[in-house]
Order: sequence, then structure tokens, then C-alpha cells
Amino acid sequence: MADPNNTPVPTVVADRVPTVETAVSVPTAGSDLVPTVVADRVDIVYRVNGTGAGRGSATAALNRILRQKKTEQASGVRKVHAVKAVSFTAYRGEAIGLIGTNGSGKSTLLKAVAGLLPVEHGRIYTDGQPSLLGVNAALMNDLTGERNVYLGGLAMGMSREQVRERYQEIVDFSGINEKGDFITLPMRTYSSGMAARLRFSIAAAKDHDVLMIDEALATGDRSFQKRSEDRIRELRKHAGTVFLVSHNNRSIRDTCDRVLWLERGELLMDGATEDVLKEYEKFTAGGGTR
Amino acid sequence: MSQVLHTPPPAPDPVPASAAPPDDAAALAARYGLTVSGARPSLPAYVRQLWARRHFITAFATAKLTAQYSQAKLGQVWQVATPLLNAAVYYFIFGELMGTSRGVPDYIPFLVTGVFVWTFTQSSIMAGTRAISGSLGLVRALHFPRAALPVSYALQQLQQLLFSMAALFVILLCVGVPVSVSWLLVVPALALQFVFNAGVAMIMARMGARTPDIAQLMPFVLRTWMYVSGVMWSIDKVLTAHQDMPHIVLVALECNPAAVYIDLMRFALIDTFHASQLPHHVWALAVGWALLAGVGGFIYFWKAEETYGRG
Repeated sequence: MADPNNTPVPTVVADRVPTVETAVSVPTAGSDLVPTVVADRVDIVYRVNGTGAGRGSATAALNRILRQKKTEQASGVRKVHAVKAVSFTAYRGEAIGLIGTNGSGKSTLLKAVAGLLPVEHGRIYTDGQPSLLGVNAALMNDLTGERNVYLGGLAMGMSREQVRERYQEIVDFSGINEKGDFITLPMRTYSSGMAARLRFSIAAAKDHDVLMIDEALATGDRSFQKRSEDRIRELRKHAGTVFLVSHNNRSIRDTCDRVLWLERGELLMDGATEDVLKEYEKFTAGGGTR
Repeated sequence: MSQVLHTPPPAPDPVPASAAPPDDAAALAARYGLTVSGARPSLPAYVRQLWARRHFITAFATAKLTAQYSQAKLGQVWQVATPLLNAAVYYFIFGELMGTSRGVPDYIPFLVTGVFVWTFTQSSIMAGTRAISGSLGLVRALHFPRAALPVSYALQQLQQLLFSMAALFVILLCVGVPVSVSWLLVVPALALQFVFNAGVAMIMARMGARTPDIAQLMPFVLRTWMYVSGVMWSIDKVLTAHQDMPHIVLVALECNPAAVYIDLMRFALIDTFHASQLPHHVWALAVGWALLAGVGGFIYFWKAEETYGRG
């Protein structure tokens, strides 16, 4: 049984059940391996309404409401099996990269770990409350940057006082005011780069136990990217475990010591960064098709 | 050695968690005190979490309200102008064209109060229906007790109503309704109505999250409810004119929560609207509906807390 600390041999995922043995292995007594996230055969299914005909007509709507369970197929509900039987264990101090082609279920898996998406089968156990780095959804384009800083901070669970304390820090970090007093203008007047910078600055203002970053590194101009990479490194120091979703193999190499490779919702490989990336690069070089 | 599968196995049916043997994962999780992610908290814990997020609830409501007219040239003037225009339309149709005003003293304040108070309930319920299904992005990105959303939407409508009430007070003074101590009753009446609205908003939010189609049907339900709630006609007058109606209809008309809150507000504000026009035990009814909807709605919403966020 491989010890996840000693660069485990990449596990071959031959069939679903025993899959990643390293992941569910119980560390021997006395070792200081403390698990922070345990995913146990996790399945995630999306249901999408309105793929069939008849949405919007009153009879179709009534039919759907009255016979919800039985007629899921008939009433145009489609199931998308986004994550299939994925198991892994993450330990304190690890930085784990998630790779896979577009639509392979990486972001979905992260959301489920954060407890934001319900799982269909299986369980996810976590230490404390993992948080996703991002506040985009809470912000409103019609409000000024200033009010969005408060709204975003409160939405992440900070108190009014905490936001007030960090306010100047957030604005300075975003660099929004470098070219004039933009923070008092509505966010819809910002350029996309400026808006992205402000969003990242708000999101990065809070410390997290288990931190999940979904391709957040690729925002802003070069100097801002540099600053955000530093900030993420700082966040990593305070966070127990970091998950990073990225298509940039270089930033995965820079930050992660372990990589999970998802493809079509299945965990294809779990192992040391170099080993998994080598296989992944071979796979994507071939056009990503089989 | 390390090698990669070249064809993913045709996805077999996933093994349901219940069918799995007692496994290492659960034991490991238990040993290190890990908890199930996204599990529903207990009811007292949920109340505490919601209370901890009270600043977010108010900030979100105010932000929504301010954002509403931020692109308009007149800006926040529309907060007052929109309800006034609404009342003017109803006055033209029901007061002038259909003559519902006959025999109702102070018809303008009577109608405007009815329209404003009804709009509060109506838009709280409509906003509640979309509270989860329309904010899936937010629900899937951040952690907070989901009840914060319907409550916040109801609070936004309360803030909107306070603007309308300012306009209403001006109308009252213009048509010569005297200022009186009974105006203070507005505060408890509004508080009770807010609890009722928030409760119904939570019920609708859970139903709307499971079946978004309800948002398409609600306008019809709400319009029907409005016409039986005596928004633009006097329930009391119709009841005395039609004593022959079945008893059950009479009771239903009188106990209708929307009618109760509307009539309480009229009683508080308009001197020619007498206590005799109110249903019996009107305060008991108002408190009862508020408690039933508020507590019941909250528990009903909490019961599905962990499922919100599914598409």
C-alpha cells in the first residue's frame, strides 16, 4: 500500500471499485497524516429541464408538476452524469491539482466537495467548511465597486467589521483606483480585466481551511497575475489543503504535489504531479480523443 | 506499471451508497472527526447560522432594491412613482369605469392602501418562488443558510413598501384624512404581514427550487387571490348585501390572510373605516397566520436545505 506522502506510484484505474487504493488507505498509527477531505464513491447527476418540447405551455407544466417522478424522461428532463464513482482522500498540507479536458467534471467535483452541489450517491467527508475561491455570483453589476466589496465580503461570511478592516487592503490589492476613483462607479462601467481583478481581490480577502481555486490564476494583466500568485501562495500557507483546477500545466507543476485526472466524470489517475502530467500530456497531444 | 485505460468502461449503474459494505472511508472520516459535506444542520444550528448572516440578508436586500432602478434616468424616484402609477390605473378602472367606489367612503385611500399592501404580499411570494431557482449561481458558489435568500427577497419588498407608504401618507393628507394615534398600528400590522410573507416566500422557494414551472403558474394564482381579497372592493359591504351566501364562503372571505392584513392597515389609517368592518378576532387571525406561515414555512424550507443547488 503506497503512502501518499512518498510520491505514490500512479494508480491504474482499472475498474471503478477498488480504484485508488492510496486514497482510502488508513495511515498507520503515529503518522501525522491527517485527512481533510474524504470522497467515497461520489456520483453527481445534473438534471436539465426543458430539453424536450412543450416547456412553457400550461398543460406541459401541470403535467410535470403533478407527475414529477414518473415522467422525468417524458417531460423533457435529461440527466447528465457529471461525476462517476470518484474516491480519494486529501491530507493536510497537500496541494492537489485537478486536470482533465473541458467538461470532464472537475469544477462539479469541487463544488460537491464544498457542499454546494448535492451528491447522488456516495459521501464526501470534510474537515470544517471547504470554500471555493470566488464571489462572482454575489456581486451586482449595477452597484458601485465599493458596495460590491461589502456585499461580497458579507456573502463569504465575513462580519461588517471584518469587511471594514480589510476594505482598503482589498481596494489597494485590486489596483482599481490606480487610474482614478473607479471604486465609486458601478461595476458595469469597468473593463472586463478590472472587474476580474476586483472579484479576485474580494475573494482572496478571506482565509480558508480547505481552499479550492477554479482557474482563478488567469485573470488580469501580467503584474496583477504576479500579485495574485503571491497571494495564493500566502493563502496556501494558512489553508490546510488546496485544490487547484487549471488547464495550465505549468501552474499545476508550480503549485501542486499531487494530481487527480478526471475524464468523462471518472477518475483516471491519481498520483504524483510529474507522473500524471506526463500521461495527460501524451493524451492531449493525441487530440484528446480515443 | 502505470498505464492508462484506453476506453473508459461503459458507465455501469453506480452502486448506491446504501448497498456498499461498511467501508474504510466512513471509519477514516469518523476517526479524524470529519463531517459529511453539505449535510443539513440541526434546526437550532440553522437558526443560529441564519442569525449570523443577518447583515448579508439586509445588504443583499438593499443592494437588489438599489440596483433595480440604477439604469433609469430618474433613478430612485421610481421607487415611489411605480406604486403611485399602479394605484392610478386601478383607480381609473375600478373607481371610475366600474363604479366599485359607490358606497365606500374615502375610496382613494381605501384603494391605494389595498393596492400597496397587496403588492407587498404578491411580490414577496413571486420573488420567493424564484429565490432559489433564480439564484442558482449564488447557491452553487457560496455557503450560507439558503433561507437567507427568500427572507432577503421578502425584506426587499418590505423596503419597497416603506417607500410606497411614504407616498400613501402624502395621499392621505391630501384627501383630508386626519392624522390619528391609530396610525401607530401600522407598525405591528406590517411586522405581522412581513412574517407571513417571508414564511410563504420560503414555502414557495422550496417548491420553486424543485419545480421552476411554478413561477409560470403563480401569476394566475396570485391574480385570483387578489380579486377575492377585497383589494378594490369592500368585503364588508358585499357580505352585508349577500347574506344568503354559504357560510363557508363567508368565513373563507373573512379569514383570508391577505384580506386580514389589508383591512388592518385600512383600519389603522383611514378614520371612516370602522372596527365594525373588520372580521371578528382580527388580531388573533393576523398573529395566527403570521405564526403558521412563518414557523411552518421556515421548517418546511429547512427540511430540504441540502438539496438546493441541484439543477
